[in-house]
Parts: sequence; C-alpha cells; structure tokens
Amino acid sequence: MMSLQKFMPAWVKRVGLFTVVALFLAGVIFWGGFNWALEATNKEEFCISCHEMKDNVFKEYQNTIHYTNRTGVRATCPDCHVPKEWGPKMIRKIQASNEVWHKLLGSVDTPEKFNAKRHELAQHEWDRMKKNDSQECRNCHRYDYMDYTEQGNRAAKMHPKAFEEGKTCIDCHKGIAHQLPQIDQHIGKQNEGALEISHGDKVEAKVEEKK
Amino acid sequence: MRFIPALVLAGAALLAWAGVASAQEVVESLRGNNPITATSRTDNMFRPEKDQDLIPRNFQKQPPLIPHSIKGYNITQNFNKCMDCHSKERAEETGATKVAKSHYLDREDKKLTNISPRRYFCLQCHVPQFDAKPLVENTYKPAAKKGE
Repeated sequence: MMSLQKFMPAWVKRVGLFTVVALFLAGVIFWGGFNWALEATNKEEFCISCHEMKDNVFKEYQNTIHYTNRTGVRATCPDCHVPKEWGPKMIRKIQASNEVWHKLLGSVDTPEKFNAKRHELAQHEWDRMKKNDSQECRNCHRYDYMDYTEQGNRAAKMHPKAFEEGKTCIDCHKGIAHQLPQIDQHIGKQNEGALEISHGDKVEAKVEEKK
Repeated sequence: MRFIPALVLAGAALLAWAGVASAQEVVESLRGNNPITATSRTDNMFRPEKDQDLIPRNFQKQPPLIPHSIKGYNITQNFNKCMDCHSKERAEETGATKVAKSHYLDREDKKLTNISPRRYFCLQCHVPQFDAKPLVENTYKPAAKKGE
C-alpha cells in the first residue's frame, strides 16, 4: 500500500482509494444503466406499445421494404425517427414525451382522428428530415457510395441530378414507409384542402438565389 | 369389303378417344395443382423485373406496358404514385411519359380540364413487363396499320 501511495494524486489520498474506485464503478453502472434504459425505449416493441401507431402507421410500414425485404436487413422505427447522435437524440426523446401525453389524452386514438391529423404529423417529420439533410436516411444510404450502374434507370438518372440541385432524400422520398396524407395532385379528383408537397423545388430556388 | 365401315368406325372411335385424352390435358395455373388452402410454390413465381426497354405495342391504342419496377407503389385515395411522375405537371421534370390525351375524356367523349376519374387506377390497363410465357398458344394478329 505504501508503494502505491507514492503514485496517488493528493485528492485521491484525501477521499481514499476505496471511495474513488467505488465512485468509478457507480459511474460505470449508472451510465450503463442509463444507456440500457434509453436503448430499451428504442425497441420496435416499445414504440408500438405506447405511441398511437399499432393500428395505423405500423400496419402501413409492414408493407414496405424497410420492414421486410430480401436480405432481412431492416430499418425499424428508431432508425428513421430517432437521431443516432447523443445531443439530437436527447432532444428528440424529450419531445417524444409530448406524444406520450397525447396518448393519455387520446388525441389520435381512432383512425379518423389520426387521418385528420396526418397532414400535420407528416409535415413535422418532413420538416425535421429537411432540416438535418435527411440524416436518418443517410445513416445507411450514403450518396458517395451509391453505385448508379446497379440502380434502376430512373434512379440512376434522377439521383445525380437531384444531388447536384442540392436536394435531400425527403424532398422526393415522401410516403415510403407510411401512407401519405391527402396530397394536392392535379389528377382528376376533388381534393380541396389537400396538402401541397414540395419536390424539393424550394431548395432549388434557394440555390439559384445564392448564385 | 364389308369390313371397311367397321374399320372406319374403329378408326373414328380411336380418334375420338385420342381427342378426349388431349382435351383432358389441363392448363396449369401459376399455383400448380395446389389446393387453395395449401401454400403455393415459390420457386417459379413472377418477380418484379428490373428496368428494361419498352416492349413495343402489339396493336394500335394498346395501353403501353410499364418498363420499370412498381414495387411498393401505392395508388390510394390520398395519393397516386404513378401520377407523381406521369401527370402533365410533373412529366417534364421527371422525364416520364405524359398521360395521353384520351385520359382527359369522359365516357361521352367530352373533354375535361383534368384527368377523368375513371382513369384513376392506372394498373387496370397498364401492367409491368414480365418475361411471362403464354399458358396457351396465342394466334392473335393485329389489324393492318394504316397504309399497309
């Protein structure tokens, strides 16, 4: 013990080696536990258990490529809806508590109520994705590693064009995992009050302004 | 010589039997002879084909085929995925084939300002291209084109 004490800083001597080790271990356990709890809230089953989604958006997602596909590589709820970086993740998690509150209020607990709010809810996610340059898409889908020769004719044509125009994934890829709200399409039916979606035109305009 | 009618009769009977036998050859559906309750075979079902060149039309005014995959494309009450590229407003930007003028007519051939609602479900007439072998022989010949 005497020989060890020579290497100990003054503050360790003051509180004692045992306390320091105990605090360190407590820290490890606390931090590990915190992360464990956080990860537990990031599980597909956990999402479905609370948010108003089991009978609407989750059902819709089950028909899409991110739920089931050839190789079984999946993107589950948090892969798209919860940021991976610590800071944005905390912010999103705190925001999500509002959704728990509305679950208790029953704001969207029927398909009718949900569809009436679908515009607004979708717009929130589109805005968020637009703001962070579709970060959650790009966690897996990297522009730089896209092999256009492997893509379909249309994808190979549109992707380089869109990237050049400064567009981001969500500008074109809306409604890929859940059904869209009523969209204002000029295609022969009455859709007054329907949502107008941008195809990234606004970004294009901004780029031109800068020039 | 008395035997000839008998021979003819026997021959006719033989031919008729052969005819019945060939008529009994059943056209197999894609499910094979699986009962409805059983799981169908998965080894040779049709899969969405990769993008390819457009197969030429077989007759005038045939709805053109879809030369690309439409996997996951939905046509719902809220949104028509096809029209996201093929509508008049979007076709130029996306380079897709524009919806034909005929789609703007109602059933009295009156021209509408917008696509007729009876054309809303694109896949009723336009289908994706598949390398599908005909189940039965097809002897269809289109009418000669103008000037032929």
